[in-house]
Amino acid sequence: MGKDTQLNIWEVFIQSKSGLPYIHAGSIHASDEKMAMQNARDTYTRRGEGTSIWVVPSSCITASNPGDSEMLFDPSNDKIYRHPTFYVMPEGATNI
Amino acid sequence: MADEIKFQKRVDNGEYIEAKDEMPEEYRRHLIRQISQHAHSEVIGMQPEGNWITRAPSLRAKQILLAKIQDEGGHGLYLYSATETLGISRDELIKQLHSGKAKYSNIFNYPALNWADIGAIGWLVDGAAIVNQVSLQRTSYGPYARAMVRICKEESFHQRQGYEIMAKMMSGTKEQKEMAQDAMNRWWWPALMMFGPHDTNSPHSSNAVKWKIKRETNDELRQKFIDKTIPQAELIGLKVPDNNVKWNAKTNHYEIGEINWDEFHKVINGHGPCNKQRMNHHKKYHEEGIWVREAAEAYSKKKLERESLIQA
Repeated sequence: MGKDTQLNIWEVFIQSKSGLPYIHAGSIHASDEKMAMQNARDTYTRRGEGTSIWVVPSSCITASNPGDSEMLFDPSNDKIYRHPTFYVMPEGATNI
Repeated sequence: MADEIKFQKRVDNGEYIEAKDEMPEEYRRHLIRQISQHAHSEVIGMQPEGNWITRAPSLRAKQILLAKIQDEGGHGLYLYSATETLGISRDELIKQLHSGKAKYSNIFNYPALNWADIGAIGWLVDGAAIVNQVSLQRTSYGPYARAMVRICKEESFHQRQGYEIMAKMMSGTKEQKEMAQDAMNRWWWPALMMFGPHDTNSPHSSNAVKWKIKRETNDELRQKFIDKTIPQAELIGLKVPDNNVKWNAKTNHYEIGEINWDEFHKVINGHGPCNKQRMNHHKKYHEEGIWVREAAEAYSKKKLERESLIQA
């Protein structure tokens, strides 16, 4: 018997309520979009956890490397002027 | 070595380890073994209960049992998908199960003989599993911890439906009460064994605790289960099949008699009542499903080819 591939891996993202972001739930195996959608529904939304599902082949996702996190995220640490608390407001200013 | 110290520091700080993070090989191996064993247990655990779907005593009971077994299948899938993040394929995981390299929980090598067993399995077996799983929600490997959170949300229905069956039988006829007590007698000790050997005797515990894969030890978890379950048994009139059970007011814990570890080792080494049957069943249906997977793949390949022809 040859390799039993158990089909491709797809990542599943679920929106729990309209207006909210899609959150990663886990993965499933499927041969195409239709089966992926069906399996995602059966596996991750048996109790009304979702109003909408995205399925994406795992091979299509590019993830950052933990080793690169300094390079990627440190530059934002020294730009405190991106935060509203950086600015000095005149005494007595309201609603701002 | 420097990497291991760095890793330990992250674990000690309470950080979660993610799939692409650096981790000691032994941590990865331990997780693959533990999570896949957990996944296999969920899936093999569908068998003793599946046996009772067509014989459930009412439509209500049948619907509930179907939903519960579907959940177990789902839990297996959450856990397989968490194991796959560690770089092992589903195919390999199933092969390890079939070759006997990977184990599943010993408890499923016992038969479900009658309807009271369905109650006892839900109440005691799922009850013991929940104690373990609640603790694992804080395990150091992120994908495993997240799968546990999802599973815990669903498991309490399982335990409550089991206890409901037991409570109903204990308020029924003399025969029904005897059936419930008989199921209690057969499942109590195997349920206690689900937590594994005593801490002084547990081969995989020490690294697992250091790496925070395990957040509490076998004996600590077992004690939690005992303390929770004995009052539930007493409330509905079931007797714990252990003459040495007593409440210790000083420690605020129940004390129990000696666990029969010879039986535990006998069953884990393949000599339980159902080991062979469980594995043969899994192999049979796995192999009978091969053509379905192949057909699905052939279909999607053809579809892709047709689409690229249209575009060209």
